[in-house]
Amino acid sequence: MSDQHTPEQATEVETTAVQAQPLQEAESRLQPIKWKFPITYALLALLSLSAFTFLSPTGAVTQFRLATASDFVTLPAVNIPSFAGALVLSLLQLGLAALAIYCAARRIKLGVWLPMLFGLFFVLAFLIYAGAGRGAFIPVVTLLAGALMLSVPLIFGAMCGLVGERSGIINIAIEGQLLAGAFLAAVAASFFTSAYVGLLAAPFAGAAVGGLLVWFAVKYHVNQIIVGVVLNVLVIGLTSFLYSTVLTQNSEMWNARQQLPRLPIPGLSQIPIIGPVLFNQTILVYLMYVIVFALHILVFKSRWGLRMRAVGEHPKAADTVGINVARTRIFNTVLAGGIAGLGGAYFTVGQGLAFGQEMSAGQGFIALAAMILGRWNPKGALLAALLFGFSSSVGQVLSTIGTPVPSEMLLMLPYVITIFAVAGFVGRVRPPAAEGVPYIK
Amino acid sequence: MSTEKKNNDPAEPGGALKEAESRLHYAVRELSQSSWVITLLSVVVALVVGALLILATNPQVQSTMGYFFAQPGDFFLTSFEVIRDAYSALFRGAVYDWQAATPERSIRPITETLVNAVPLILAGLGIAIGFRSGMLNIGGQGQIILGATCAAFIGYAYQLPLGAHLLLALVGGALGGAIWGGIAGVLKAKTGANEVIVTIMLNNIALYLLAWLLRQQWFVQTGSNQPISAPVEDSARLFGLLGGGFRLHAGILLAIAATVFVWWLLERSTLGFEFRAIGENPEAARTAGVNVPKATALVLIIGGGLCGLGGAAHLLGTEYRLGAGIAGTLGFDAITVALLGRSKPLGTFLAGVLFGGLRAGGVLMQAQTGTPIDIVLVLQSVIVLLIAAPPLVRAIFFLPNPDGKPRSTGRRRLRNQQAAEAAEQPTPTQEVSK
Repeated sequence: MSDQHTPEQATEVETTAVQAQPLQEAESRLQPIKWKFPITYALLALLSLSAFTFLSPTGAVTQFRLATASDFVTLPAVNIPSFAGALVLSLLQLGLAALAIYCAARRIKLGVWLPMLFGLFFVLAFLIYAGAGRGAFIPVVTLLAGALMLSVPLIFGAMCGLVGERSGIINIAIEGQLLAGAFLAAVAASFFTSAYVGLLAAPFAGAAVGGLLVWFAVKYHVNQIIVGVVLNVLVIGLTSFLYSTVLTQNSEMWNARQQLPRLPIPGLSQIPIIGPVLFNQTILVYLMYVIVFALHILVFKSRWGLRMRAVGEHPKAADTVGINVARTRIFNTVLAGGIAGLGGAYFTVGQGLAFGQEMSAGQGFIALAAMILGRWNPKGALLAALLFGFSSSVGQVLSTIGTPVPSEMLLMLPYVITIFAVAGFVGRVRPPAAEGVPYIK
Repeated sequence: MSTEKKNNDPAEPGGALKEAESRLHYAVRELSQSSWVITLLSVVVALVVGALLILATNPQVQSTMGYFFAQPGDFFLTSFEVIRDAYSALFRGAVYDWQAATPERSIRPITETLVNAVPLILAGLGIAIGFRSGMLNIGGQGQIILGATCAAFIGYAYQLPLGAHLLLALVGGALGGAIWGGIAGVLKAKTGANEVIVTIMLNNIALYLLAWLLRQQWFVQTGSNQPISAPVEDSARLFGLLGGGFRLHAGILLAIAATVFVWWLLERSTLGFEFRAIGENPEAARTAGVNVPKATALVLIIGGGLCGLGGAAHLLGTEYRLGAGIAGTLGFDAITVALLGRSKPLGTFLAGVLFGGLRAGGVLMQAQTGTPIDIVLVLQSVIVLLIAAPPLVRAIFFLPNPDGKPRSTGRRRLRNQQAAEAAEQPTPTQEVSK
């Protein structure tokens, strides 16, 4: 590792040189060393070594399938001896943990690559252990494709929450917005027998819920969390009511299945493993890439983003320089609702399913968790949502091939991680300062 | 809701302005501030919204719409009949069924309402304690699940004497909820973790925990693969109060006792005073010597305990068997109950009875008129949204604003401002009950 100093350290050294202070004093003003992460790595590596390696049946083989039959490039299945594979991966983890401890002791900052690499090794070791001697293949492409599929509504939802909260409106109603989007997408697509019409209609449903939220929050200063919770109930009630009346009375007309076609991107979709996962998708998923990328740029680099963050952090200051706080919040929350509505479309037209009661099934709350875990940051929220999608996907795949770990535990994982995150274990999670506070002149 | 002090004392009768104002206007304004009136009007609006929904989706009404211009009378008559049938079924299912064959059957609906109300009241009280202490406990769902799970397991896994078994099951349920709420409480107290997020996450964790437990043979003790537990022993069941064909059980006594307890806790005890103090102003409470972290944790522990008790009463009184859907939408309904009850014990009790009634009536309405019970969710959420925004309700019914100013719309506001500047007459202000 490079001998890079942290910026703080660099300034410390400079001031020491200029003012000729004793080095000890400068040292003593440093932050205490954070042992939390290195110790966590070490514990996880030991877990991997003890559980995944030594509990793998000796002589067992874990089989990975790297491509599906329809792929352009068909890679052969890979057989890995379970014990040896898990052992190597565990030792690699131990090495990374040792490196983390060494660097922490020397106060060397490490990049984001270490947790990512560590996570990859840990997950692989876990998969080897889970699939050891089962006689079934672990379908890697299906696993990854499933992870992306399950992440799509989460990512849309997290982006919605992010735009809302950055402008100071807490959005607990993401769940309702997803559900409303799913409903309207199904109905519109069925009525016009075109999935694309459904896709166009979905944002309006989400935006309508967002509009209600911001109307009560900005005009009547009602507690935003309460409005969000109640709006969820309202949307569930409305959609279920309409489902049991109109949609079931004439399901041919109002709730027939329509599916967005897959549009493989020539060239890119032929890359082995990631090609079919990322680039053989519907327009909705490509739209998601665009939205995440656009928000990544716009939130921090555009006038719109600056105003949004100003209104969310310090509305009074924003008002003083002539930004209309109420209008900014209303516009952004409605826009965010539209994004969530698009995500809702994934449940119906995105997957080619008819609408079902409460089909969003709590995804809106996981999206909220992803946004928090991603620290109100598009990139972070994306990664968190992918992580959640991946853990659900692993849970699903493993429950079909049968594993020693209950799938419920894997499905719980996102929530447990989020609790750890908000409890301050994964660094300090700081929401926008003025979120949830009505701005009253 | 104006908070500025105006110099006219409202208590002083016969102030200059009051004389100038007509008596009727004054009475209307007084009335429009009463929280009871706002609640009543919210219910009315919700019923109107529900009626519109029913009309819009009713096939008979739709067919009369087809020849609306030829015979508009048909449309209005059918609409009236549809609404009358639906809402009379709702009332008959919730309060008193005058069409029932026997007198016993005609009073059964009100007991069903109370049966439905029991978990709503208990859990609603738990949420209300949180609201009063400035904490949004969204985790009613998880706490109810844990409460029901613990109560059920104690109920069927152990053989105990009559009274002790029930008592232990109830205490176990309350403990289960208290632990689940306590996780959020302790995390908030120790690390400042936002209780909204933590409780939402705990809801989902509880759901998967229950799903996992229901797959474990040592837990369900049924000998089958069905994800449903064995029924609780008779000795652990909440006994029926009326016997015969009635389901009303001792849980309602528990709910009444809990209401009184929460009233005492919040209004008369030192701990409750501390709770309300940290809700009003945590900084001031800390300065006054309140141990804020401890009180914070206790709020969620006690609130969680009450929610757990609600889950336990639901299981031991009506369900008897633990299934994956044991909590239904109770957790979120409890939030609306607490909101409708304005986080006061008596209000929560009455709100629980109202929503219990809607639920009981909804069942009959669905059976007799085919109106899906989901409409109850719509009614519930519209009511709560409206009572949270009294200015909106006043605007709908053209009631005057509490500060005596006309509603602020365009020219009227301008004219009013000019008039106010010209006259510089102070307007009386009233305390707005929240």
